[in-house]
Amino acid sequence: MLDYGPDAILMAGLDGANWRLADYEKRGGYAALKKLLADRVPPEQVIAEVKKSALRGRGGAGFPTGLKWSFMPRQFAGAKYMVCNSDEGEPGTCKDRDLLRYNPHAVIEGMIIGGYATGSGAGYNYIHGEIWETYEQFEEAIGEARRAGYLGRNILGSDFSFELYAHPGYGAYICGEETGLLESIEGKKGQPRFKPPFPASFGLYGKPTTVNNTETFAAVPWIMRHGGDAFLNLGRPNNGGTKLFSVTGHVNRPGNYEVRLGTPFAKLLEMAGGVRGGRKLKAVIPGGSSMPVLPAAVMLATDMDYDSIAKAGSMLGSGAVIVMDETTCMVRALERLSYFYFEESCGQCTPCREGTGWLYRVVHRIETGTGRMEDLALLDDVSDNIAGRTICALGDAAALPVKSFLKHFRSEFEYHIEHRSCLVCGPDSEPKWGRAGAHLPAALARAA
Amino acid sequence: MLSAEALQKIDREVAKYPPEQKQSAVMAALIVAQDEKGWLAAETMDFVAQYLGMAPVAVYEVASFYNLYNLQPTGKYKLTVCTCLPCGLQGSLEAADHLKARLGIDFDETTADGRFTLKEGECMGACSMAPVVLVNNKKMHDYLSKEKIDALLDELRKR
Ligand SMILES: Cc1cc2nc3c(=O)[nH]c(=O)nc-3n(C[C@H](O)[C@H](O)[C@H](O)COP(=O)(O)O)c2cc1C
Ligand code: SF4
Ligand code: FES
Repeated sequence: MLDYGPDAILMAGLDGANWRLADYEKRGGYAALKKLLADRVPPEQVIAEVKKSALRGRGGAGFPTGLKWSFMPRQFAGAKYMVCNSDEGEPGTCKDRDLLRYNPHAVIEGMIIGGYATGSGAGYNYIHGEIWETYEQFEEAIGEARRAGYLGRNILGSDFSFELYAHPGYGAYICGEETGLLESIEGKKGQPRFKPPFPASFGLYGKPTTVNNTETFAAVPWIMRHGGDAFLNLGRPNNGGTKLFSVTGHVNRPGNYEVRLGTPFAKLLEMAGGVRGGRKLKAVIPGGSSMPVLPAAVMLATDMDYDSIAKAGSMLGSGAVIVMDETTCMVRALERLSYFYFEESCGQCTPCREGTGWLYRVVHRIETGTGRMEDLALLDDVSDNIAGRTICALGDAAALPVKSFLKHFRSEFEYHIEHRSCLVCGPDSEPKWGRAGAHLPAALARAA
Repeated sequence: MLSAEALQKIDREVAKYPPEQKQSAVMAALIVAQDEKGWLAAETMDFVAQYLGMAPVAVYEVASFYNLYNLQPTGKYKLTVCTCLPCGLQGSLEAADHLKARLGIDFDETTADGRFTLKEGECMGACSMAPVVLVNNKKMHDYLSKEKIDALLDELRKR
């Protein structure tokens, strides 16, 4: 048995091998879809139920799913699309992969129900290129659903038709951004579009489109089967249901844990086996690498739901909880994060393309002992000049971590600059979690 | 230029999209082409462009935008290690060092016998299983201790 914790509903009853259609049906799968079609439930009623559940998007922004679905034009005559975002590449996030390989039919059923609710006739699941085996497995699951009559023309004898396909990503983080993703399905570079128009009016091939995260879709069958109220009551008002958290970094048992929204962070940390080697907790990035870092004391007093984390000064994001213990050098940690955004910027907007290289270069020189005190103001300034001035949120994602690291761990940066060595690691000592990647000097040449 | 089997695979991909949107299959077509040829030479990309009715430059743009396409020949086995922060906290830099020592190469280099190329990757969506190594973009190996890395290299050397 795979153990995601006692509160698991999306990942309950999974053993790693029982992902097939017959297994899913045994767990009550496709019952919700069958009932919708048999009772000819009006699509608006499905949307109302999802709204009631307070399901919020699990991909990063936490936007209410029912509300998003209601933006799809009802009377539109042409094609409309449901798109699933399985391009999971936000550092720290590894939950959608588990959903896809252990419970793929929950995602498929969720997409079909979404198609029914919004009047869409086709869907695509965009799957991160690095998990190729999962991509192939998902195609197999689609085949099973098609053969059983859950996909295709006149599903289960109703007048509702829906087709579903998998589309491969191939190593570009920016395709996780929903309009970059749509460009990518269209066979182009995955460069995000200006918004508005939003996908609900101008999406895939210019048609009305809804993009939701894998976990968002996977929650939908449960909501339809048990009711929006039941889902809502698992969590907190405005924060319905359970959430999968990927806990990584300095914990004894890194992994995915499904808990009710509103669960104290301390409880989640305990589920992950606590801090590695009984060391002291130093800092946590609670929602994936794009979100602000928080010091241990703040995290230990916080609950894991969208509103509580926001109140604490960060964001729940994709639910990737990156745990750092007292041996972590925060300058080095930020250096690696800044490198990621520099590497993954799509290059369309000048503030992001130039700014991410700049941030990385400056953090790198502080880390390697050639920084100046003015660099700290410079980092703040460059961040401010990226945030809010770009086409997509990758710019903010690059800037927010920098601002938060400086806010909470400024003294470590100052120490690096003043003493040309590390407060945490000591002079000349190896950092406890390894040396800086050998990519860094070469990347620096490119950033210059 | 590509085998009949490869073309059949590409046709299957084309069928996923509306008839006037063949270009949508370009990513999958390039994956099929790369799997067969090992890397994407200009002539391979030109062939894909012609097959899908696209301008060659549109195909080059796609191939150079996405990190997993090989625009140059690689060793028989391309090993990509994720060194992003979460994996780094869980020992992936030590794993990378071990790989470098065992292979005698640095990142972006290929062994003299042409068997291995070592690459550094960004998040692969498998962070809690770090260290992770992706072999030829297809097969992921996780929880890589030094012993497991040695066993993996031995196995790939035999093949
Ligand atoms: C740079 C960037 C990367 C993103 N990566 C992902 C991702 O990997 N998966 C995802 O579901 N959403 C990602 N998003 C958010 C999507 O744009 C979009 O908001 C989400 O897929 C909507 O689904 P939801 O409402 O169900 O959360 C990303 C956004 C940005 C700006
Ligand atoms: S903010 Fe960065 S990643 Fe987003 S569109 Fe602009 S350049 Fe591309
Ligand atoms: S950070 Fe390495 S797989 Fe996600």
